[in-house]
Amino acid sequence: MTARLRVGLFVTCLVDLFRPSVGFATVKLLEDAGCVVEVPEAQTCCGQPALNSGDRSDAAALARQVIDVFENYDYVVAPSGSCAATMRNDYPSLLEDDPAYAARAVTFSAKVFELTSFLADICRVTHLEARVEANVTYHDSCSSLRGLGIRAAPRRLLSSVEGVTLTEMPETEVCCGFGGTFCVKYPDISNAMVAKKAANAKATGARMLLSGDLGCLMNIDGKLKRDGVDIEVRHVAEVLAGMVDTPPIGGKS
Amino acid sequence: MHLTSPSFKENSARALADAPLQRALAKVPLGFIDKRRAAADALPEFEALRDKAVEIKNHALKHLDLYLEAFAEKVEAAGGTVHWAADAEAARAIVLDLARKRGAKSVTKSKSMISEEIELNDFLEQNGIQPVETDLGEYIIQLRHEHPSHIIAPAIHVNRDQVEADFRRAHADLDPQRDLSDPRSLLAEARQVLRRRYGEADMGITGANFLVAETGSAVIVTNEGNADLTQLLGKCHVVIASIEKIVPTLEDASQLLRVLARSATGQDMSVYTTVVTGPKRAEDLDGPEEFHVVLLDNGRSAMLGTEFEEALRCIRCGACMNHCPVYQTIGGHAYGWVYPGPIGAVLTPSLIGVEDAAHLPNASTFCGRCEEVCPVRIPLPKLMRHWREREFERHLQPAPMRWGLGLWAFAARRPALYRWGTSLVAPLLSRMAGKKQRFSSLPLAGGWTKGRDLPAPEGKTFMQQWAERRSAAGKAKA
Repeated sequence: MTARLRVGLFVTCLVDLFRPSVGFATVKLLEDAGCVVEVPEAQTCCGQPALNSGDRSDAAALARQVIDVFENYDYVVAPSGSCAATMRNDYPSLLEDDPAYAARAVTFSAKVFELTSFLADICRVTHLEARVEANVTYHDSCSSLRGLGIRAAPRRLLSSVEGVTLTEMPETEVCCGFGGTFCVKYPDISNAMVAKKAANAKATGARMLLSGDLGCLMNIDGKLKRDGVDIEVRHVAEVLAGMVDTPPIGGKS
Repeated sequence: MHLTSPSFKENSARALADAPLQRALAKVPLGFIDKRRAAADALPEFEALRDKAVEIKNHALKHLDLYLEAFAEKVEAAGGTVHWAADAEAARAIVLDLARKRGAKSVTKSKSMISEEIELNDFLEQNGIQPVETDLGEYIIQLRHEHPSHIIAPAIHVNRDQVEADFRRAHADLDPQRDLSDPRSLLAEARQVLRRRYGEADMGITGANFLVAETGSAVIVTNEGNADLTQLLGKCHVVIASIEKIVPTLEDASQLLRVLARSATGQDMSVYTTVVTGPKRAEDLDGPEEFHVVLLDNGRSAMLGTEFEEALRCIRCGACMNHCPVYQTIGGHAYGWVYPGPIGAVLTPSLIGVEDAAHLPNASTFCGRCEEVCPVRIPLPKLMRHWREREFERHLQPAPMRWGLGLWAFAARRPALYRWGTSLVAPLLSRMAGKKQRFSSLPLAGGWTKGRDLPAPEGKTFMQQWAERRSAAGKAKA
């Protein structure tokens, strides 16, 4: 028998703060896939807010902190395409001038995976024991889709959950308008963007909207709730793990 | 063009409330995006062509001085004249001088963003010379006293019924009872009016899509043929182009043409592609007596060798703005200068200074669609981020944003402090939200909650719950 993969769970700040259920669903999925999951205590944030605000020095400090804590795991998995893309795509260039970390950043970044791609592509999960009766639609986060090239993995995994039918929405590849600090800096533009996303979601007739990134999910849910649209919004991990007894994001409508 | 980039927020608020504009913008995805995808999918070597395009432009930029000199020599050898313009003012003065020498009262123009950049039309009018835009879109916005809101579809913000009203107002000599309900009738009317103007013009001004060093040629593409009439019917043809339009050879230009129209409109080729070299020769049946090229720098050479050099690869196809969800939401005018959308967000700070353009690189979600479709693979989000870095260094971002971020970063670099803070905040917010589990308004989050609810935390943080479970499991074992 091969040694079980030791996975460091990068919880992500949004899951930690807003939706711990996603963290527990992630742990279950990784353990069911045969991994040993550890949650290092000294984790906070991947540094993306600083990086995208032009604050390279704080971003680099946070990147070094993450590398220190996580570099000895076989893999680092995050239930977020956004954080995973930062760690995977941006750390090497962020730390390229730091002699103590440049090479470590390259090695580290190759170990980082977004949850659904890790399950599908590394753990080769083809079947999930979960059962969720729902017509769902899936929102591709920009960082998963274009940052990491993930499109098939979450859909393949969802298709193996008993009871799930997937209805694609129009323009699923278009940004929902969250954009991290963008929604704080330009809330009105962000709001107009998510209005289109909510309308596209509604048009599917799906009962549930799923995605792999909590930022998008909170944004889309907030708009659906405000518009009075009765669609449950959940992180895809919750459905893949069959853990849908908790109220959805933003509560019941 | 009057600069309004500093009031980007006010501009975009106006754009969001502008119903006709929103109606016009809703059509953008249907046209450009689907057609580009079909054109790209239909050409198996499209991705390889993009790589080739990057290579051609990188090479040209690396040796820009040499190719510019070679180009100038070839233009002169063909009987033309090259004028070097360091900035907009110099370029305007050159064009005015040429017009005055010919005693020009009216000049025809084909679409040129450089003309917008140097604010040529206003300047010519102030000096008693009437510029006549001959591209249909440009003609429409000239009638409306507006500026382009898109680099290849300047009047994309205008609806058909608005054009009809403009034409009825401007073409008062035509039959008021005429039927203009069909878009083709608008096109026919514009053509009829403009044909007269070509004959009256003393000079024709065009832009250029490429300048070819090998031959001294200017290459220009249109779908209406108006550039051909502009450059052939006037006695003097003036090309105004920026220095990064240079490519080494005709072969290079033809390679770039293969990605240009496909990326722009989804056409295999634009309807008209014209290569013009020098003035009319003795054996030519027609053509201008004089041929001038005004080469504009206006801040571009200062981008060479910096992290922003890659933006000079741009071939102005407009794909980045067509695919930009922010552009689709607010349109081009909100950006407040010549070049809107993602390329504008990179180029504008380079050309007019980041102080005035500070909003533009921030007004992006970094969704990455622009980079995905850019035919010359400009890493637009990365370059916008570089501008944010320059802004951060110079404290150009709003103070509350900087302080908030600073406070957050201070905590995030201290895991124990961060843990303590989040373990207080998450349960507190959860209790505040109550059973509803969301906020419809919240202090400091008013921007968000104006248009949407804010989901509340579930309760304790994940890290709190994880620690509790582990300690419970530990006790159970003991």
